[in-house]
Amino acid sequence: MTRQIRLLGIGLMLCFLVLFVQLNRITVFQAAELNDNPNNTREILRDFSQPRGSVTTADGVVIADSVPSNDRFELQRRYPEGPLFAGITGYYSFSLGSAGVEKTYNDELAGRSLDLSFQSLSDLFVDKERVGNLVLTVRADLQRIAAQQLGDREGSVVALDPRTGAILAMVSFPSYDPNSLASHDTAAAAEVATALDADPNKPRLYRAYQDRFFPGSTFKVVTATAGLTSGAVTRDQPVYPTTNTYTAPGTNRPLRNFGGSTCGGALFEVLKVSCNTAFAQMGVETGPDAMVGTAEAFGFNKDVPIDLTKPARSNFPTDFERNLPALAQSAIGQNDVAATPLQMAMVAGAVANDGRVMKPHVMAEVQDTDGNVVDTYDPEVWTTAMDPGTAALMREAMQGVVDGGTASRLAVPGFTVGGKTGTAQLGTDPPRSHAWIIGWAAPPGEAPSIAVAVIIEGQEGASEQTGGRVAAPIAQALLQAYLTTP
Amino acid sequence: MLSAVRRNTELGLLVLGTLVTVGAYLLASLAEDASIPAGIGPFLAVILGLQLVAHLAVRRLAPDADGTLLPIAGLLNGLGYVFIVRLDESKADPKGLAGLQAGWIAVGVVAFVLTLLIVRRVRDLERYRWTIGLVGVVLLLLPLVPGVGKTINGAKIWVGLGPISFQPGEFAKILLALFFSSYLVEKRELLAVSSHRIGPIPLPDPKHLGPVLLAWGVSLVVMVAEKDLGSSLLFFALFVALLWVSTERATYLVVGLALFACGAVFAHSQFTHVQERVDIWLDPWQDPKDDGFQIVESAFAFSAGGVTGTGINLGSPTRIPYAETDFIFAAIGEELGLVGASAVLLAFMLIIGAGLRIAIRTEVPFERLLATGLTVLIGVQSFIIMAGVIRVLPLTGVTLPFVSYGGSSLIANYVLLALLLRISDDTAGRELERAR
Repeated sequence: MTRQIRLLGIGLMLCFLVLFVQLNRITVFQAAELNDNPNNTREILRDFSQPRGSVTTADGVVIADSVPSNDRFELQRRYPEGPLFAGITGYYSFSLGSAGVEKTYNDELAGRSLDLSFQSLSDLFVDKERVGNLVLTVRADLQRIAAQQLGDREGSVVALDPRTGAILAMVSFPSYDPNSLASHDTAAAAEVATALDADPNKPRLYRAYQDRFFPGSTFKVVTATAGLTSGAVTRDQPVYPTTNTYTAPGTNRPLRNFGGSTCGGALFEVLKVSCNTAFAQMGVETGPDAMVGTAEAFGFNKDVPIDLTKPARSNFPTDFERNLPALAQSAIGQNDVAATPLQMAMVAGAVANDGRVMKPHVMAEVQDTDGNVVDTYDPEVWTTAMDPGTAALMREAMQGVVDGGTASRLAVPGFTVGGKTGTAQLGTDPPRSHAWIIGWAAPPGEAPSIAVAVIIEGQEGASEQTGGRVAAPIAQALLQAYLTTP
Repeated sequence: MLSAVRRNTELGLLVLGTLVTVGAYLLASLAEDASIPAGIGPFLAVILGLQLVAHLAVRRLAPDADGTLLPIAGLLNGLGYVFIVRLDESKADPKGLAGLQAGWIAVGVVAFVLTLLIVRRVRDLERYRWTIGLVGVVLLLLPLVPGVGKTINGAKIWVGLGPISFQPGEFAKILLALFFSSYLVEKRELLAVSSHRIGPIPLPDPKHLGPVLLAWGVSLVVMVAEKDLGSSLLFFALFVALLWVSTERATYLVVGLALFACGAVFAHSQFTHVQERVDIWLDPWQDPKDDGFQIVESAFAFSAGGVTGTGINLGSPTRIPYAETDFIFAAIGEELGLVGASAVLLAFMLIIGAGLRIAIRTEVPFERLLATGLTVLIGVQSFIIMAGVIRVLPLTGVTLPFVSYGGSSLIANYVLLALLLRISDDTAGRELERAR
């Protein structure tokens, strides 16, 4: 019996050894994987009762902070500006997860990033909150002007500094109140989320960077750049025939100008009046490869490296092999071309910044609780859309559109302004369209310091004037405010 | 001499274990968002006082008994208590488990002392084996009796008597260990002789095999009718181990495992609740929010704990359903980490070691079998629940002895402990007698 008892003991010990091995696996070797598992909400629960840094605009307005609450979490996240910054702050919700900078800079806000941990040995012995405060590039004054100008029209406004990619203002309507999603009353928060998701206007989708639209004629800036870059177009050549229709090779269906109007001429002339027939022909003559190449050099078909959540990818079709009529449509921003307002601001920004598209970002710096800067955003080139010579020529062309073309309402007296309008047709019965404007502005003798894109969705009518009439004043107000108030 | 050494060792270890328990309690209270109210302090004092009572009882009633078992059980009990309280108090609706569990520990210690007091020689119990066996089977099957049995959380293992509910299976397991031990001591020679063969397998006379098959049948009934996989596995392991140890015939081990495999395959093919458990075990990620939730959250708890744990009261083990009973090991893993969980493993390994040492020391076959059986009960039960929690085996809901919340389990395990100490004391007494 003794031998069997000893064997039994060894057997049981082996069983426990197996447990020990498995314990090591789940606590050490698989720990990182398990902690990152999307089903694992422990981290957010832990963060929830911890102090969390604030988010402040470039001009010092607090747009997210934590205040004491008398419940199990002890702290309630608060968004003093409500819906105005929803697309940037996002929300920090126990039941719904997080979005915006609340998500992308979670480690910094929670004080978990390395730079914030221990700056000196004495920190180990001093009990202080070790969180990061986020300072944004976004300016509250510009944000308010944009929102005020947009009013209750569905649309978006994006303004950025083309030299750095810093977002100066980014507004969409409709928006939502992040306070309601961050509520600790999980049932109420879920109800709000359900209602927002059921809303046909999709207020939770922040159109400025999370949704895509036909860019319409604003895309002609890309087409012109492609033509210039490929050599198919110069300042003076070709001179496009003055006509009211253009029929692409491989189809009998002609493409028409707005309202059957007649137009033509060299590059500057056709951009000024936004001549569809000329740009359709330009796209076809530039060819599919150069068109796709330039569109992608602007950022189309690529994931945008912005420090916000779920940015949409702008689209330019790539299968034009035997479909030149589609290429003609795409060259004027129709067909399957789809761009985020952010992307179109970057198109204007590329022209303004000698062809370089900077990585778009909202973070300026991270500060510790004493106000010391522990991290700053280093601007980086994302993609190069064109060479500086082409950019200079395009600036001149876009200036022409403001000086005597469809974007005249964009002009800011005393400053150099370039722009391009767009009216993306959605249907003809009844005629509806997205009204667009993109542009940039520079103080006299200096490089452009702001680029904008504005879209007002689903306007009645489809005249080429719509963009200039409806969208341009909003952009103009923004340019004016930025250029005249430091 | 021996008694003094052993008792002083026991007292020293008890003090050490107490320090760990008190330290754990203090940590829980000092944590930033302390959820344990200061009023729990007196409960803790009572629990530590009870351990002292148990120690004094051993000093008086079993002075030569092993000196390590009680302190280890006390440590597990104290640690479990701190965790039960910590888990209960941080819930939205605390059920006052602090007071309840303290009460159960008191009853457990009383049962421990009474067992030592009443059972002066374990061999005396041999005489009542048929009664004990019958009572064991009745207790085991009691939850199936209409009107008495209660189904709680899907398992039909409860019996309600007025306001009190208890799990008779916890007591049945000790009675059955007693019965099997005495039965096998008498029949082991007959069972060891093979008179028949089925193919290459030598078998004993079928008439002696009756109780063997009966035990197998009973464990299947428990598994199927009471939906209690854990207890079924436990009884079967107990029985096969005792059969093998008593007859010294490996055939029984092989046949036992084969029977178990058949039973398991049969149950898996016939019963959805068994299939569910196995499916969750194989892949809990298929349905991490529903069926697999408990086991997935358990894995997250361990990974959150890492090597040293989050610290008591600084993790979130309340996310795991039944963290204070079946999944208390996951709560310990989260807040005390690999280190703490390994300490719990070690504690059970020490109990197994001490129990089997008691079995080997005694020269009385009945005591030897009984000590083995009791050790197997505590070792296998702790193994199958911890293995279930960390997904080494499919989950079978049994308690973690001395650690989990629950009166029946705690009282039964204190009785089990007293019986082991009684055997140890008897053996040492006889050795001293001979030496003199």
